[in-house]
Amino acid sequence: MTTSTRPRSRGASIRHSRRQLGSTELVYLALVGVLVIGAVLVATTGGNLFGQANLVDMLTRSSLLGFVALGQTFVILCGSLDLSVGYVMALCSLIGATTMAGDPAKVPLGIIAVLVVAAGIGLLNGLIVAVLKVNPFIATLGVGLIIKGYLDTNYKGPAGDVPASFQAFGYTRIGFLPLSTAVMLAAVVLGILYLRRSRTGYHMFAVGGSMEVARLSGIRTGRVLVMAHVLCAVAAGVAGLLIAARFGTGSALVYSSGYDLDSIAAVVLGGTLLMGGRGGIAGTLGGVLILAVLDTVFNILQVDPFFKDVLRGVVIIAAVAIYARRQIDRKASRPRFDGGSPPGPPTPTPDSPVPVQQGVSR
Amino acid sequence: MTTVRAAAGRLFGGGSATVFALLVCVFVVILFLNPSFFEPPSLMAFVKKAAPLVVLAVGQYLVIVCGELDLSVGSLVGAQVVIAAAVIDGQESMTLPTLLLMLAFGVLVGLVNGLVVTVLKVHSLIATLGMMLVLYGAIRLWTGGAPTGALSDGFRQAGREGIDMPVLRQLPWALLIAAAVVVAAVVLMRKPFGRTLITAGDNEKAATFSGVKVWRVRTIAFVMSAVLATLAGVLIGGYAGVTAQVGQGLEFTAITAVVLGGVVLGGGRGTVLAAMAGALTVEALFTLFNQLSLPSTIRPTVQGVIIIAAVAWAARERAKPRPFLTAEPPVQPPVQPQPQS
Amino acid sequence: MRRTLVAGLAVAALTVSACATDTPTEQAPGGEQPEQEQTADGEWFVRATYDKQLAQRDAKPEGPEDQPWLQAIEPEMVDTAEFKQDGKTLCFSNASVSNPWRVTGWITMQQQVDVLKASGDIGEFRVSDAGDDDNKQISDIQSFVDAGDCNAIIISPSTTATLTPAVEAACESGVPVIVFDRGVETDCMVTFIHPIGGYAYGADAAEFLVDKLEPGSKVLALRILPGVDVLEHRWAAAQEIFGASDIEVLGDEFTGGDGAKIKDLVTQYLQRGDVDGIWMDAGDGAVAAVEAFEDAGKDYPVMAGEDELSFMRKWKETGMTAIAPVYSNFQWRTPILAAVKIWKGEEVPKEWVLPQEPITDADRDEFLDRNKDMPSLHYAKFGGEDLPGFPQAWKDR
Repeated sequence: MTTSTRPRSRGASIRHSRRQLGSTELVYLALVGVLVIGAVLVATTGGNLFGQANLVDMLTRSSLLGFVALGQTFVILCGSLDLSVGYVMALCSLIGATTMAGDPAKVPLGIIAVLVVAAGIGLLNGLIVAVLKVNPFIATLGVGLIIKGYLDTNYKGPAGDVPASFQAFGYTRIGFLPLSTAVMLAAVVLGILYLRRSRTGYHMFAVGGSMEVARLSGIRTGRVLVMAHVLCAVAAGVAGLLIAARFGTGSALVYSSGYDLDSIAAVVLGGTLLMGGRGGIAGTLGGVLILAVLDTVFNILQVDPFFKDVLRGVVIIAAVAIYARRQIDRKASRPRFDGGSPPGPPTPTPDSPVPVQQGVSR
Repeated sequence: MTTVRAAAGRLFGGGSATVFALLVCVFVVILFLNPSFFEPPSLMAFVKKAAPLVVLAVGQYLVIVCGELDLSVGSLVGAQVVIAAAVIDGQESMTLPTLLLMLAFGVLVGLVNGLVVTVLKVHSLIATLGMMLVLYGAIRLWTGGAPTGALSDGFRQAGREGIDMPVLRQLPWALLIAAAVVVAAVVLMRKPFGRTLITAGDNEKAATFSGVKVWRVRTIAFVMSAVLATLAGVLIGGYAGVTAQVGQGLEFTAITAVVLGGVVLGGGRGTVLAAMAGALTVEALFTLFNQLSLPSTIRPTVQGVIIIAAVAWAARERAKPRPFLTAEPPVQPPVQPQPQS
Repeated sequence: MRRTLVAGLAVAALTVSACATDTPTEQAPGGEQPEQEQTADGEWFVRATYDKQLAQRDAKPEGPEDQPWLQAIEPEMVDTAEFKQDGKTLCFSNASVSNPWRVTGWITMQQQVDVLKASGDIGEFRVSDAGDDDNKQISDIQSFVDAGDCNAIIISPSTTATLTPAVEAACESGVPVIVFDRGVETDCMVTFIHPIGGYAYGADAAEFLVDKLEPGSKVLALRILPGVDVLEHRWAAAQEIFGASDIEVLGDEFTGGDGAKIKDLVTQYLQRGDVDGIWMDAGDGAVAAVEAFEDAGKDYPVMAGEDELSFMRKWKETGMTAIAPVYSNFQWRTPILAAVKIWKGEEVPKEWVLPQEPITDADRDEFLDRNKDMPSLHYAKFGGEDLPGFPQAWKDR
């Protein structure tokens, strides 16, 4: 299930028996670790981390961030970034709620409106980054500000009305699994399949690994980037719909809840390199779950909210330090010129032209 | 003549021409709307307000030009102002020791940032994001959620007062401090250390092979960024006093200012003066919005459009081959002939 | 790959059979919207509520005068006999402690809880902080409901409309629910505790300015954020009053409560002309606004700030004409006392309207005296002077 790549070292046949831990496995190990420690700590206060209430809590917290982080993974894999997701969520929650306007018959219309608008914003982001060659940090920050101005001017507070049938999206549970989490998991599976099976998915790794080389190999880097941004914005749009479902109305103030930086943290926690080219959605899911479990445990233990921020900051840095060291050290420790073996990790593109495998020449 | 040309090329090339042009444009529009803005007293008031951002932009420039990013400056400014208020608690005698304490704290934060990025090899976005969260939470934990104490008048001198003069009414200390910082940075960048900063950002491998201790250079850049953020905190605390939200969002404004100035995120390019111009432009834009009586709510949109447009224009400038004006050629795929197999 | 698909389908089929839902069954959002009238600012101004609040300012509250947190204006009592119980676990879902007003109130609430814990009226006090995130608060409330052992739930909602379904779900669980500070769009809770309201606050401030300023004077309105109902009501009331007077409103600016931004804005307005009065929708950064006048060498304005100590001290120091409207910080004590009353089966008002009296020239010095050791971002009407932790708990924060 892992989509991260492992470098083939010299004498692959010898190392075959020793499976090295990919970063995705490491994330899930960390998740298990956090669950265990959390369960022990919660037990000392007399609670049960795996009781129904807490389990539902953890999963609900993960669904919203899960959608956003899923989208952010595509973009980061391509070596780009999206800081406008919080604003897209807010805008889409409002568009969804105002389109539905309390009428169950209008629910599909609302969903379609949201997806169209989100895709449009993603397209805008992608074009600004790919065609105008603006740095993605600035491009998406700028688009986010544009949306913020629109929201502040037109929507003075919550607006719109979500009918009960759609609110069920936010509140229904299957046993202990909230429906929203189930949908999020389905989206994650689709995302993984997309990355592993479709050509654009492969190309995202290539573009993130090295834009120049990908371009020289004949990949339409512009299109890949735009596609990644569109997917990211659409995922944020779905998150906006989820918010509308849970609130019963749309809300502009969501953009100040920090989902943009949280989603980047989740993606990086999941082992995806911020520079792009390596990583995957399975890892991101692990990152999201870790953050959700941490939040739940802190809540149960009634940790001071400010101490929570400190802990989160430390956890994020520590976790990334642990992965980053492994990945980069592995690269650095390999001799630069060792005649014959491929210098870089092969990207999962069996039919790509040979130059990609030779690495970058400077 | 060639040195002037070369200097002009360095200053205005690589996309920095845009920000100077934009700055001039904005001032011209303001002049048109409200000539009294350029009367010395109001111009000095503008400078007093803009000085902290200029200082922050210089700090951010140093970090960005060597290839990293510092998202923790906003929280650091806030933390420093709150620490100052809590420790000084209104007593004049505590001003100097507190300033020293703040300096030490700034150096510590910068060191931690730098070492986490260079030794633990965490990407600077994540490392400084984490530091931002830690500072935010730790300060509020310490003060119980809201700032306590008060700043002394001596502390607030730098940000709020100045030298009384006849024509200008008051030459703000903030102006002198910001100018000194800019001059110092320009001088620094021309020295070997400054050049190694740029090299570290431009081509890390080449720098390493040339004997540059990249990790040390970058760590020092982070320390300088944190110290300059501390200085900005002194100026802001002086200017506006202590409020609960002091410093929030400043990191994005600083990065915007630097990028507007043509400094490339990723390093290796850009000048201190361009970063300063970027900061002045951002502040001038805010003033322009005010003079235009633009409704508050639409301002972020206009800001976003201008930022994207300016950076896009600068990117176009950079991409155009300009053999005469730029000192450094634009990035092109390697031209060396490949060995024929 | 195929196996994963088949496994996935099997799992899906098995789990569909275990569907359940937490959706609140009663759908209030559509039905109970307050009537929206089109006036000054359209969405945020409801004439009937405006008039009611302004009238309530003059009504005499019932209850002990020296304990304003126990007073109520024109209360309609409800019977709580059905909730009488021995259970002593109190659960509180807090929107956040993200501004000094909330921090002050939170300390006061904790001190009140300590007193009642010592007397045995409260056993356990559980808190969850949502950090201003609506979605998190919904999860927090659901968490309390699912835990099953809360004997009362106090909620301070972070946004009115969006928290409504969560509050309704809490009501449905049978546990007594107390809402305070911002409200929600339902009345299923046992009691809703709040001071008179935003319209009254804005009106207090605006009427003072109209009263003290000459006709044709210029007023600058400084606001914190758009879209927050408690703040929008204040501005809506002010607009109504300024509109009916001879005062010219130069503009209303959003400042985020940031001192530097406020100072810069005021300085720029001062450059372009005179500013005779300042109306603020909350006290954050009020001192920075006053300093802008000082730095520009202009006379002090007539000002409406808030009962924040830094503003009040500056007011005294400069001798300017000002008023400190109040959004009674002592309301943080009342929900705790209400919970204990409900557990004892005593009556409480359905809508517990607390008094909301601005601090004027007349009583300013008295309040400053009572709070003389307090930090500058403390609120004068915090109502905790009689609690044992005074003054250390608030001083040390």
